[in-house]
Amino acid sequence: MLSFDILVPAVFNGLAMGAIYALVALALTLIYGVLHIINFAHGALLSMALFAAFFAFHLFGIDPYIVVFLLAPLFYAFGYALQRFIIGPVSRGDDRNMLLVTLGLAVFIENALLNVFRADTRTIDAAYAFQSVDFGFAFVVVPRIVAFFAVFVVAAALWLLLSVTDIGKAIRAVAKEKLGAELVGIDVAHIYAVTFGLGTACVAIAACLLIPTYYVNPHAGEAFVLIAFTIVVLGGMGSVLGALIGGFLIGVVESLSGLFFGESLGQIGIFLLFIFVLLVRPSGLFGARA
Amino acid sequence: MRAMANVLLSVENVSHRFGGLLAVDDASLSVETGSVTALIGPNGAGKTTLFAIISGFLCPTEGVIRYIGREITGEPPYRLALHGIARTFQIMQPFAGLTVRENILVGAHLRHRSRDVALAAADQVGCELGLQDMLDQPVDTLTVASRKRLELARALATEPKLLLLDEVLAGLNPSEIRDIVPVIRGLSARGITILMIEHVMQAVMSLAKHVFVLAEGRIIASGSPAQVSADPAVVEAYLGHGAAAKFEAAHER
Amino acid sequence: MKTLALIGVVVAVLAAVPLVIHSNVALNFLIVTLLVALAGQGWNVLGGYGGQYSFGHAAFFGTGAYVTAILQVRYGVNAWVGFGLGIVGGALVGAVIGALTFRSGLRGSYFALVTLAFAEVLRIVASVAPITGAGVGTLMKLDLRPQALQFESRAVFYWVILALVAVVLVVTHLIERSRFGAWLVAVRENEDAAVALGVNAFKIKLQAMTVSAAITAAAGCFYVQYFLFVDSGIGYGTWISIEALLTPIIGGVGTLFGPLVGAIVVKSLGETAKLVTGDAPGLDLIFYGAVLILVIWLTPRGLIGGLTVLKKWYLRRLVPRRPLVSDARHG
Repeated sequence: MLSFDILVPAVFNGLAMGAIYALVALALTLIYGVLHIINFAHGALLSMALFAAFFAFHLFGIDPYIVVFLLAPLFYAFGYALQRFIIGPVSRGDDRNMLLVTLGLAVFIENALLNVFRADTRTIDAAYAFQSVDFGFAFVVVPRIVAFFAVFVVAAALWLLLSVTDIGKAIRAVAKEKLGAELVGIDVAHIYAVTFGLGTACVAIAACLLIPTYYVNPHAGEAFVLIAFTIVVLGGMGSVLGALIGGFLIGVVESLSGLFFGESLGQIGIFLLFIFVLLVRPSGLFGARA
Repeated sequence: MRAMANVLLSVENVSHRFGGLLAVDDASLSVETGSVTALIGPNGAGKTTLFAIISGFLCPTEGVIRYIGREITGEPPYRLALHGIARTFQIMQPFAGLTVRENILVGAHLRHRSRDVALAAADQVGCELGLQDMLDQPVDTLTVASRKRLELARALATEPKLLLLDEVLAGLNPSEIRDIVPVIRGLSARGITILMIEHVMQAVMSLAKHVFVLAEGRIIASGSPAQVSADPAVVEAYLGHGAAAKFEAAHER
Repeated sequence: MKTLALIGVVVAVLAAVPLVIHSNVALNFLIVTLLVALAGQGWNVLGGYGGQYSFGHAAFFGTGAYVTAILQVRYGVNAWVGFGLGIVGGALVGAVIGALTFRSGLRGSYFALVTLAFAEVLRIVASVAPITGAGVGTLMKLDLRPQALQFESRAVFYWVILALVAVVLVVTHLIERSRFGAWLVAVRENEDAAVALGVNAFKIKLQAMTVSAAITAAAGCFYVQYFLFVDSGIGYGTWISIEALLTPIIGGVGTLFGPLVGAIVVKSLGETAKLVTGDAPGLDLIFYGAVLILVIWLTPRGLIGGLTVLKKWYLRRLVPRRPLVSDARHG
């Protein structure tokens, strides 16, 4: 039995990591909820954003917490263009084709990163990366604290966007009833692209929050995103609440099982949980339809 | 009273609940061997749900279904097909990308493992249903009437004893209906028992020996077509509360 | 019978290639191409004919490779027996995964996800389990005798893999003309309609998965006989899951020659790209990603499918497409 002083920090760190998982899962579930596709390119996009943040830091000396304000809109535009000009037109609405196109994009982007930047793992050395704050019963590093709060800010902003703004209402309309939305004059292709762009922007924000304590290589995003898939399936595809709760939960579970079982087995545990949920209750804890 | 020995299919006190909605409420009906029996009722009455239950696509929340005396409640559709119960679908479900012959072949394969034998059987069924000129065509070149015949052919190829027809006349114009009714009558003459959901009353009157009326999930009438169409409860179900009295009043005037 | 003759001709032509081409580099390229074609033929049974797109066929490839390698290296089992057992092992894994996923009724994206997850689990297990050599992998002993299924001449390896591809071509053709094949396609096109006609969809899908896994496992067994090495990244890595699905989709999903055509086209273009731009990591996969998107855009049914569409389009010019409003004509 491990002592309180080891368990509590593990839980705290798990929550902080879970915040970022939640953000990535949120983006995934948003895209699924509206476009009804599982975005296989999600991981590659995260890797791309990590590299972008990395080079912003190394070439221009811009801190990730500042460059996020540049990268988020940039990646929004990129995601918008991807959906509007590639995924949408190429797949012509067929589910299976969308699956393959996002897979093709994932393979393309990840290997383009590999080709250009090679497979070496890099990290950034931010001054505050190892500064930690003493909460009395646990020390948590600054980046994790920032990430934890930032995720709530982003989630709140998204919620506001979806519930109050016109475009948010249009997004919700399309998610619920695409044909009806089309009939009342909503440009569905545009909404799809906006949603995909929002999801990609969230991923870019997650990358900036992640990079001070994480590593950068072409496969980094992939590893991360399989966990995000697990969360989304666990919490329920299309459920924002499920993504958030699931994210924190998985973060803590990962942290604790890393303590007890070591990293590899911890990963297997998450995948087995993933498979189990898919087999037994694909609609997840909060999801609507399977 | 219908003699028990002659009953091919018996639906006993079947109810089905979708969450809070009771779609089928204590429905019972029986289908005599060799007959054509119709299940009619206004839209939303629960006919489709009842059909789905009888054909194995839904398991009823309550009740029992018996076929040739044996209980088959909850058995999956593929096993029912093996027992000799075949169905057509109201919204046509062809195997897209395959030819007419290849579609019928799938049904024929249930009784014939060899492709050559099954192909011969499929051709025979296709001809029987007037599709002989279209056997090599892809299904999306067919008219609606031909697609209906294809649905029939596919089901027929499984050599059923009981054929469940789900609004097989829906979407056909009067002359097409006139053409297909004899085909259905011919199937019945062959000894195949038929249970049909139908809205087209002329067909029901001319084909069915016995009619059950379903309204709001409940069987409200049963009898010969003439008996049922004169039943005031049936008139009310279709035309609304008080309609039967209005008709009486108009009739007397 | 026409098809069998065509298979014979294609195989004969391919068999003659080593008589003309002697360069080891070229033969190596051809062997890898046929290897990938074989893996694709496996995927094609489940994905092409069955319509269930698996993103985790590495699970079967890796199992075949590891089973035969471990049996030979650790237990001294004969190479041929090991090969057979590798196929059996792959088939078993396929049956288990199939039973679990089809029992739950998973389809489409969810099916793709769960197969991906299974492959990943196997990869991680293989990367830490002592029996597979964990991170170091399993190295096979060089033993250039036919009894050990190793050959000095690359041409012989080529003929072995060609024989496997040929056998699977015949098997696939037999499936196409069997009841199993007709039922499998019916389930793909419309599962509800198929079920109403007496098809046990679960059993059919499970059988298709098992056959599919066995074929891809055979590719894995061959891989390890030829390259004499396997580790978790090679056996269970996403590269083979992608190549196994790429070749049939590009060549013609659900067609007999699709995987073979796809493998030849994709590998050839990949090699050309490498020659032109220099050998950099990941270049061929970048290329595959782009080609996949292009094919889905232009000819979603692959190259062979594109030809079939052209043929059908031509036929349709002779028999006009009927509108849904019926005309007064009989039937």
